[in-house]
Amino acid sequence: MKPEMEQALRVNAPFTTSVLEGFIRDEVRKVGFERVLFGLSGGIDSALSAYLATRALGKDAVHAVLMPYRTSSQSSLDDAMEVVEDLGIPYTVVDISGPVDAYFEKMDKLLGERASNLRRGNRMARERMVTLYDLSAANNSLVVGTSNKTELLLGYGTQFGDMASALNPIGDLYKSQVRQISRYVGVPSSILDKAPSADLWEDQTDEKELGFSYDDADEILFQWVDLRLSEEEIVERGYDAMLVRQIVRRVQRNHYKRRLPIIAKISSRTIGIDFRYSRDWGV
Amino acid sequence: MSHVQNIAIAQISPRLGDFDANLAIHRQYIERAREQGAQVVVFPELGLTGYLLQDLTLEVARRLDHPDIVSLVEASRDIDVVFSFIEESEEHFIYISSVYASAGAIVHVHRKAYLPTYGLFDEKRYAKEGNLVEPFAVHGKKSGILICEDAWHVSMPYLLTMQGATVLYVPASSPGRNVMDEHDFGSHTFWRQLLQMYAQLFGVHIIFSNRVGYEDGVHFYGGSGIVGPDGHWIVQAGVGEETLVFGAIDDRDVRRARYTTPLLRDERLELMVRHLRRMGRARTDNTRVE
Repeated sequence: MKPEMEQALRVNAPFTTSVLEGFIRDEVRKVGFERVLFGLSGGIDSALSAYLATRALGKDAVHAVLMPYRTSSQSSLDDAMEVVEDLGIPYTVVDISGPVDAYFEKMDKLLGERASNLRRGNRMARERMVTLYDLSAANNSLVVGTSNKTELLLGYGTQFGDMASALNPIGDLYKSQVRQISRYVGVPSSILDKAPSADLWEDQTDEKELGFSYDDADEILFQWVDLRLSEEEIVERGYDAMLVRQIVRRVQRNHYKRRLPIIAKISSRTIGIDFRYSRDWGV
Repeated sequence: MSHVQNIAIAQISPRLGDFDANLAIHRQYIERAREQGAQVVVFPELGLTGYLLQDLTLEVARRLDHPDIVSLVEASRDIDVVFSFIEESEEHFIYISSVYASAGAIVHVHRKAYLPTYGLFDEKRYAKEGNLVEPFAVHGKKSGILICEDAWHVSMPYLLTMQGATVLYVPASSPGRNVMDEHDFGSHTFWRQLLQMYAQLFGVHIIFSNRVGYEDGVHFYGGSGIVGPDGHWIVQAGVGEETLVFGAIDDRDVRRARYTTPLLRDERLELMVRHLRRMGRARTDNTRVE
């Protein structure tokens, strides 16, 4: 990362952490809950969310759910367990292989072909979210989302899968900022240092799949989204024109995932357009 | 008349759209401030309603003669109260207003003149701009009110101090934004520098009352306080915590500051007026061309 960009993306860790803790406490308690739960994958995003939620609500009010698929790597599970043990929080392991395999066994026959990695990955992400929402009802708790700003902007996530949640404390932090805050709150170094991966198949890493590094994405997104520089200006600053174009197109193409389902406007006052209330309305 | 006035700032976290709950919070803080010897208690912008109201605006709007407002004005019998809410005018226009109440009566109403409608702000969609920037006299001296964004336009403290104000009340609902700032978060730094500079430039006491709490993930940071005419903070509240802080302002500090560094005295109003008139004419001519 360019030094001046590293500087620009540097967050005030103690302050940011205190704001995010306050946010979790406020948004959870305001709607009448005391507890949260979240999927803990062994990656940095869900680990950070676990640390923030524990700081905000105390270890008895958070619950980690580990949801491996049969091809998930043992090291991911080990990393997740290290978080659980470090924080001393309750956890549940739910193997999602059964329902996912049963589904595709049926669907592959029905469609006469083997589902692609994309479909299988999406199904796993949604299976995990279905599980989380079910456990949240069993547990009387809210689901904490663990998507960061880089992923959300790139649309590198599954709609109604890992992108779903009741509240998301880290959605305004770029990946590189997630790393900074994670270091501050004490996420284990085994997690801090490994390559980010959705762990959908062997040797998969996010950066290989995306075709660019998170650092590059953060630099370009920060300048385009936060600083409002044009694509041309970013290229003038020495970034690869193809890469800038690719990233901007990705953000645009995936914008639909970040919005509520679109509604055909017929009446005088339509939800989301001119029927406008804050989410905190009445709570 | 004493030179010294004890001020209390109620750095509260209002509940969005819950007028009754916020009224109760106000009463409680008024009582506490009074018990602890304050002569004035200052609440943040929209302390009676919360900030991200959107379509709730219509429900929480109150006329000055509404029993809720009357009851709060009543509560100013033994302590002056500066409070803020969505005001509905007789002709049913909506304003973001702040009232100075003293001895059970309204002394002054300021209607927010600058309604930010950029970034996360959307005020002009719901409210009308106030058009008056006037100080008011209370306890033998002149004060003025600027609501949040009002204070980000230098003409506003200029107009108030040139009309005689020696105290500026600044109720605010300012979110802490841009945590990337190296030492602090962007808006907090901006506010602090701005108020210090105004206090020194205009030789005034500034009382900044900023709310705390979260609305829809927006974090209001607090950091309320009082700046003296020498640019030093007399009292500063913490960040992110609901609190009642006290500080004394001494009019003799204004006297000394305005004598030692007579910037306001030397201000050439006629120069300003002449240029503004010329610029105003140019703008009118342009408008005509369009």
